[in-house]
Amino acid sequence: MKTASTFRDLDPEGPRVRVRFSGRDLMLREGGNLAAELLAAGVTPFRRTPVSGAPRAPFCMMGACFDCLVEIDGVTRQACLCEVGAGMEIAMPAAGRDGDA
Amino acid sequence: MREADLVILGAGPAGMAAARTAAEAGLSVVLLDEQPRAGGQIYRDVERAGERRAEILGADYLKGAELVSDLPHPNIRHLAGANAWQVEEGRRVAFTLDGEAELIEGRRLLIATGALERPMPIPGWTLPGVMTAGAAQILLKQSGIVCEGAVLAGSGPLLYLVAAQMCRAGTPPLALVETQTFSDRLAALRHVGGALRGWQALAKGLGLLAELRRAGVRRYTSASELAVEGGSQAQALSFAAGGRTHRIDCSTVLLHHGVVPNTQAARSIGVPHRWDEAQRAFLPERDPWGRAAGLETVFIAGDGSGIGGAGAAALAGRLAALAIACDLGRLSAGERDRAARPLQAALARELAVRPFLDRAYPPFAGALLPGDDTLVCRCEEVTAGDIRRYASIGCLGPNQTKAFGRVGMGPCQGRYCGLTVTELLADANGRSQDETGYYRIRPPLKPVTLGELAALAASQSKETVE
Repeated sequence: MKTASTFRDLDPEGPRVRVRFSGRDLMLREGGNLAAELLAAGVTPFRRTPVSGAPRAPFCMMGACFDCLVEIDGVTRQACLCEVGAGMEIAMPAAGRDGDA
Repeated sequence: MREADLVILGAGPAGMAAARTAAEAGLSVVLLDEQPRAGGQIYRDVERAGERRAEILGADYLKGAELVSDLPHPNIRHLAGANAWQVEEGRRVAFTLDGEAELIEGRRLLIATGALERPMPIPGWTLPGVMTAGAAQILLKQSGIVCEGAVLAGSGPLLYLVAAQMCRAGTPPLALVETQTFSDRLAALRHVGGALRGWQALAKGLGLLAELRRAGVRRYTSASELAVEGGSQAQALSFAAGGRTHRIDCSTVLLHHGVVPNTQAARSIGVPHRWDEAQRAFLPERDPWGRAAGLETVFIAGDGSGIGGAGAAALAGRLAALAIACDLGRLSAGERDRAARPLQAALARELAVRPFLDRAYPPFAGALLPGDDTLVCRCEEVTAGDIRRYASIGCLGPNQTKAFGRVGMGPCQGRYCGLTVTELLADANGRSQDETGYYRIRPPLKPVTLGELAALAASQSKETVE
């Protein structure tokens, strides 16, 4: 997982909460858009495709492409339609079964 | 089960404007939208923008604040974060809200689900770091996050706007790589009369271009052979322009070559669609009020019915609401027509610039019929060459490609491959897009868990017993 973010936060103020992504602790803006906050934290990829294992990260940010699928507390969801909550346990969807959320 | 006079899918400009007009006419309205706040993609989070973001995003974006602030009304119930996954009999909608599935029945249904970025399959477009230009705007609007060192590629005025916004944010793009050609511009001049009636839009475009020049953003036009290079992350955009090949190192590539109607909900209930050559997309068939052909209770308004932009969408939403209020006896036909007249005139003005824009910024030909190695279906990882091979062994329509190679059967349900598959099959088989057709869209339109479904079934049977 790369950590150098090419995304810059214009106003990084506001309360942050701890979440875990693939075993790594991250401090993200509480209530922020999960996909956006993960990108700003330098997370990539978000998942690997079930067909070839290719890496994927957010593409459309509007709930249409499903490339930002992650597993949150055991349920596969679109990160761009979720808000950051304290203590979220986030993982890449297990290969081979992330396509059928 | 909840009930309302009017159920609206989508809280963008069309949905918000329709909700307000219908509410003022005395109808009870339920507005469903999957985002936490109203605005749609164009006005995403406009109410929370703040001064700095407002400065970057500009006056057109701030116009949305008025629509959002008009939303609170005793007759309007806005269900934010509602994920609609099934429409039945043109009036009942199943959706999930806060982890619970629910049903709502409206006497009328307005589909205002807006637009999607036109799929732009080029080599490498599935790599992390490649996003739509719209995605970059959403990051900025909702989260105040900007992309550093990005390259913008494709065609259309949205690219200028995004580039200008990035300059204002202090993170100008490395380059703007445009695919439209000089002859596109010449051909567009034929429509300049209409465009002059929409001169404000044109003046805005010229202003943005001047802004980019001042910021020193490199600009290439007539670009072709676009490809994103990289192994596990985008590393460069390569392309041909001006008789030579170029390669720009970058870890973010923002693609855009127009937007197309999001027709998933309308198709799922059998609204007929026709190919529109100017917009190069399928549009739902409707009457001038927005009523879907053959479906008395269903209306479609906004970009979901044909691309016209936010201003046109709001006007179309209001027109549909007037027709619905008349349907349900709240307005006489005369009152409806009187209220509609200024809206119809304004709508014609909004749409006057479209023929010029459609001609001046056509989609990138290399992405309408991509090369054989390019992935077309992102979810199931099927290439353009695969689709052509299916055609060569007798595959005529997109639904058949599902049996050949699961095309369009992944989680996005064809949203980002459907039009490309139609174009490839039409081209390979020498048939029109209408003859070739599109995927049959089936519910659930969005994923729903078994637990949510089971809870819905339990609550429904409880209601029946009571």
